[in-house]
Amino acid sequence: MRVPPGVTSKDFSDAIKRWEEAVGREWVFTSDEDVDLYRDSYSPFWHEDLEPIPSAAVAPNTAEQVQAVVKIANEHRIPLWTISTGKNLGYGGSAPLLGGSVVLDLKRMDRVLEVNDKNHYALVEPGVSYFDLYRYIQDRGLKLWIDVPDPGWGSLIGNALDRGGGYTPLRDHFDAHCGMEVVQANGDIVRTGMGALPGSKTWQQYRYGFGPYVNGIFSQSNFGVVTKMGFWLLPEPEGFKSGNVLVQRHDDLVPLIETLNYVMNSNIVQGTTTIGSPLLMSRAAAQTASGAGGSALVMSPGGPSVEDLEKIGREQNLAYWNCELNFYGPPKVVEAEWEYAKEKYSSIPGVKFIDGPTYTLPYDPKDVDKLPKRQFGIPSLTIFGLMGRSEGHMWFSPIIPMTGEAVFEAQRVFGQAYHDMGVPAINQIFVFPSSFFPRSFVILCGFPIYHDVEKNRRSREVFKGLVKAAAEHGWGEYRTHTAFMDTVSDVYSYNDHALRRLHETIKDAVDPNGILSPGRCGVWPKHLRKART
Amino acid sequence: MKSARAVLLVAMSLTFAVPVLAAPDDAQIERGHKVYDKWCFPCHGTGSGKPGTDSLRQRGQNPAVLEERTDLTAPMIKTFVRHGVLFMPMFRKTEISDADLDAIAAYLTRNNVK
Repeated sequence: MRVPPGVTSKDFSDAIKRWEEAVGREWVFTSDEDVDLYRDSYSPFWHEDLEPIPSAAVAPNTAEQVQAVVKIANEHRIPLWTISTGKNLGYGGSAPLLGGSVVLDLKRMDRVLEVNDKNHYALVEPGVSYFDLYRYIQDRGLKLWIDVPDPGWGSLIGNALDRGGGYTPLRDHFDAHCGMEVVQANGDIVRTGMGALPGSKTWQQYRYGFGPYVNGIFSQSNFGVVTKMGFWLLPEPEGFKSGNVLVQRHDDLVPLIETLNYVMNSNIVQGTTTIGSPLLMSRAAAQTASGAGGSALVMSPGGPSVEDLEKIGREQNLAYWNCELNFYGPPKVVEAEWEYAKEKYSSIPGVKFIDGPTYTLPYDPKDVDKLPKRQFGIPSLTIFGLMGRSEGHMWFSPIIPMTGEAVFEAQRVFGQAYHDMGVPAINQIFVFPSSFFPRSFVILCGFPIYHDVEKNRRSREVFKGLVKAAAEHGWGEYRTHTAFMDTVSDVYSYNDHALRRLHETIKDAVDPNGILSPGRCGVWPKHLRKART
Repeated sequence: MKSARAVLLVAMSLTFAVPVLAAPDDAQIERGHKVYDKWCFPCHGTGSGKPGTDSLRQRGQNPAVLEERTDLTAPMIKTFVRHGVLFMPMFRKTEISDADLDAIAAYLTRNNVK
């Protein structure tokens, strides 16, 4: 049996016995065969000693059982690593950051506790996936939409706590939450916001309650174990429309995004918008760029010039940039909003528009496969179709300003970084930015993972190089794989890492024994900080 | 050929000699169908955007939809679920219990030639 770091075999055996009493023997996993199921299926450390493998897993079924498990861990100073559905693939999956940690698996806590179709909210446990809540709503014919990230098997709570995003007007998942229940490291349980008021009637309707608003410190952190969380839902809209805006020249991206900011921040265009490029994605552009040793998506030294690419665009009638706008509301309203957006964009010379369909809702469930699922809050696993023959992926995901100039700079900076690191054209991953969160862009680049030590080692080096290049230009990642949490935390260094020092002050106060998810997002307990540096 | 027949004979004799290896009953298959719909269909089902089905089809598997196959075996199914393959991750026992996995195997092998 594996043993957590810094814990004696006797202490560990005692804890396991007590956990078995608390949650039932079948829900404490200690055999290698069972514990190996908690390894990160997409680990960038396959076949390397660096892979953090847990020592055991415990799966409570209620908040009271979570309290018992945490109390026992705290007494024995055993590191726990909390997971919800454990499907945070690309960011660490179900595996801990610190090898030997015991996984606190909350998947069995999969109850939808309340769905309110008059005030449009849900209260759920951590094991509830997007598929689960979607089915719950569909089975009852409720006129509600959820917002989904790309993989539907994720946990609403886990994804929101990792500050994930989706596609509808409620796409910022942490922002869409209202009220938490949290088990603290000493086993005490707290409800935030209006939940602190016994018998509260508005826990999922008013966020703040009274006094300091603490919910943010439980996201991307290790300050507590969230056992319940409320989420605002979207009343089923009466209609949906999309429309595509295409501009011809390289520099047209600047007014394209400037107007996008206006229509999004005015709440005329809603949901996630992604910038695209019919030209740069074309075979002709790719061939030109590859011949010069680069990729058309990034501006690598020696690659084709803007003039070269614009010429291809003119010859092949390909727009340099485009973006698809989404509108939610009554059909008459969404049609009018699209017309208004077209008016705003008409000042860009040569702009073209493609009208998308206008959907009158509700949709017939039989037509689900014909719908834009992500924009309709319909969970799926379609994204995994992009993985090809890789054995996983990890996401490099910096936030950049929502301006055309920033996109140009990102193309140059990452092109230069790839060039400097000797990354061949075929591996120069760059994805055009999306507005997963209001008022900023995310560039979401999937790095393939293989069961190949050298390939993964090289990918990790390049990943770290991109984090550094991004930080040098004022861009930081919104979220990262456990393998890079220290790397990313390191670049958030204003005033000699003042934010990290504040995080550590909180950590020491709320979890003095440092048992909860050591190292998550760069926050280490006191006794392990030296090892990090 | 001779050895394959020998294996088949051994398998047949085990089937007759050990009652627990009898064909799964309808209730087990029905349970497996439900578990399959929850855990497997989103990737391996019919319709658009099913990456497991698409991946198998790209590699020449026909039929690519698991429910339509008659050549899957219980050990094969269990190996894939517990170990994953390519971008398919492993599934833990808190997601798919051993009993549920038995039921999935019963469902996906229901049409095998006995």
